[in-house]
Amino acid sequence: MENKLEQYGLIAEFKTVTAVYHAAEKIRNAGFKNWDVLSPFPIHGIDHAMGIKRSKVPRFTLIGGISGCLLGVLLVWYMNAYDYPLIVGGKPYFSFIFPFPVFYELTILLAAFGSFFGMFLTNKLPMHYHPVFEKKGFSRATDDHFYIVIETADPLFDPSKTETFLREIGGQDITLLEEEQ
Amino acid sequence: MTANIAKKTATEGVGFSSDAILAKVNPVHMPRKTLVDNNRDYRWITQKICGIVEEKTPRWWWSCFLVALFVASFTAVGLTYLVSTGVGVWGLRSPTNWGWAIVNFVFWIGIGHAGTLISAILCLLKQEWRTAINRPAEAMTIFAVMCAGIFPVFHIGRFWYCWWMIPLPNANGIWTNFRSPLEWDVFAVTTYFTVSLLFWYMGMIPDLATLRDRAQKIWRKYFYGILAMGWRSSVRNWSNYEMAYLMLAGLSTPLVLSVHTVVSFDFAVSVLPGWHTTIFPPYFVAGAIFSGFGMVLTLMIPLRAIYGLHDLLTQYHIDNMCKVILATGSMVGYGYAMEFFIAWYGANAYEGFAFINRAFGQYSWAYWIMLTCNVFSPQLFWFSKIRQNITLVFIISLVVNVGMWFERFVIIVTSLANDFLPSSWGYYTPTVVDIFTFFGTFGLFGAMFLLFIRFLPMMAIAEIKAVIPRGDPHYYETKSHK
Repeated sequence: MENKLEQYGLIAEFKTVTAVYHAAEKIRNAGFKNWDVLSPFPIHGIDHAMGIKRSKVPRFTLIGGISGCLLGVLLVWYMNAYDYPLIVGGKPYFSFIFPFPVFYELTILLAAFGSFFGMFLTNKLPMHYHPVFEKKGFSRATDDHFYIVIETADPLFDPSKTETFLREIGGQDITLLEEEQ
Repeated sequence: MTANIAKKTATEGVGFSSDAILAKVNPVHMPRKTLVDNNRDYRWITQKICGIVEEKTPRWWWSCFLVALFVASFTAVGLTYLVSTGVGVWGLRSPTNWGWAIVNFVFWIGIGHAGTLISAILCLLKQEWRTAINRPAEAMTIFAVMCAGIFPVFHIGRFWYCWWMIPLPNANGIWTNFRSPLEWDVFAVTTYFTVSLLFWYMGMIPDLATLRDRAQKIWRKYFYGILAMGWRSSVRNWSNYEMAYLMLAGLSTPLVLSVHTVVSFDFAVSVLPGWHTTIFPPYFVAGAIFSGFGMVLTLMIPLRAIYGLHDLLTQYHIDNMCKVILATGSMVGYGYAMEFFIAWYGANAYEGFAFINRAFGQYSWAYWIMLTCNVFSPQLFWFSKIRQNITLVFIISLVVNVGMWFERFVIIVTSLANDFLPSSWGYYTPTVVDIFTFFGTFGLFGAMFLLFIRFLPMMAIAEIKAVIPRGDPHYYETKSHK
């Protein structure tokens, strides 16, 4: 078996949140597309600094909510009015009013599932291996260090130029990430 | 003319005009309250919170855990006895067919509500102080709902048929009755439990990754590694994550309000005097939040002392929680007063009797305990001296929980024990099985909570880092921090 090493990208470390924030703005302005910032906590306003578009998770929430509501209507109608009409207290077999709490709860339940699994889908999680884990000392990314990765897949990527660029904008300890193919 | 002025202001620059205004007004410098004391940095926060999980299991933990398990065995014994003998071993007899079981159910469900309030409603209201307490409060929610669930499931008598509450096909071919508020409750409580669990777990993913990255032992690497889902702190992931978190917060807010509303429907939709009132939903929700905050304080004050979390859970946090208790306690007090007023104003003889009977009848002792604990005791929180006295805050938080248990007792038992037919009136007392079963749930709750603080990140590490001053991207740009 042949182990071929594929280059994934360049990773640079930043010491403070201010440094990584402004570096992100510069990378965005330079026109890079395939790159990422790694931060132990959500940085306020970094989405704009990186030029990330609004998340698509709400679409999953909406789909979940609508299907939950419809499921509730269908459930009550089928069970209490169609399959086995149930006569209780002279109330109608089906109405939109008396089982409203059921529709309401199912709407919320499926919308929550939509948001939860939407987050996993949009983030492509679980992903237990990723090339950035190869970086030495990367465990600090969930503690107190900030990193920026520029992928080789980016059209503007050039090994030496990108490295100089990362150094210019304040990056330290710049490493080339490789993954086994 | 106006266009010219606008042009002029624009060219002169906003800076000039606002500076002039500021000089004229001379505003007082009001710094924001710090959420983490002693200017702690990221690493300190990580080590403090992860250290709780990583240290050798302390001896006090083992003793508390064993005591909790022993207490929990009371529930196990009580329920086993109930199942093997029959529901008659509880103190229920007609017309009081809802005794301690339903009191305990509403009590535990109510406890849970503060967790969702803190994680969801305070998130939407951008109350950043929630970060110190949201994780344990959410854990509290989940464990409280588990304890709550035991009671209705066993209250149905033949608990092996409890799956009939869920709309599944059964041998009789009949489906569940969706006209019943009890069926709405099944949907409300199961949804509440599921969504709370999702919210809790999702909030923990970044912190589980922190624990994974610090793990030394192999089982830890696998345990936290699998749970962390390969989280790598990517900002592109954070973006979706924060949106999903916001969505879940937005969904949990109407959910938590609906859950206790539906619980109150169990009563309000019936035609019993003292239950059949429209004020029930809002005042049940206020009471639930009230008792839940009491429980958060009861849990967090000892933990703060044991683990030395004073920098993370500051006096400011405790002050805020006390103020929420004061506000919701006053709302509950208003609810009690309004019930009385409507009983008189509605001029219904039965309703009037129900309330006079509550306050001065055979259960008046319970009513006055409730009023003292729920309405009078939180009024002490008007005084900052009392809010700063941790021992007193702890005692009042216990009193609040006692009071809220009695509220449910008063509502359920007084209306049932003296119903429409005086010939069936009686005095309901719980049996020792009732008492043991309820007592044991505290052990169950305690054991689960102890496991939580031992194995999972007790505070939201990532969220706390985001609210400290140096977590602000412009922190190093202000003069004093350069």
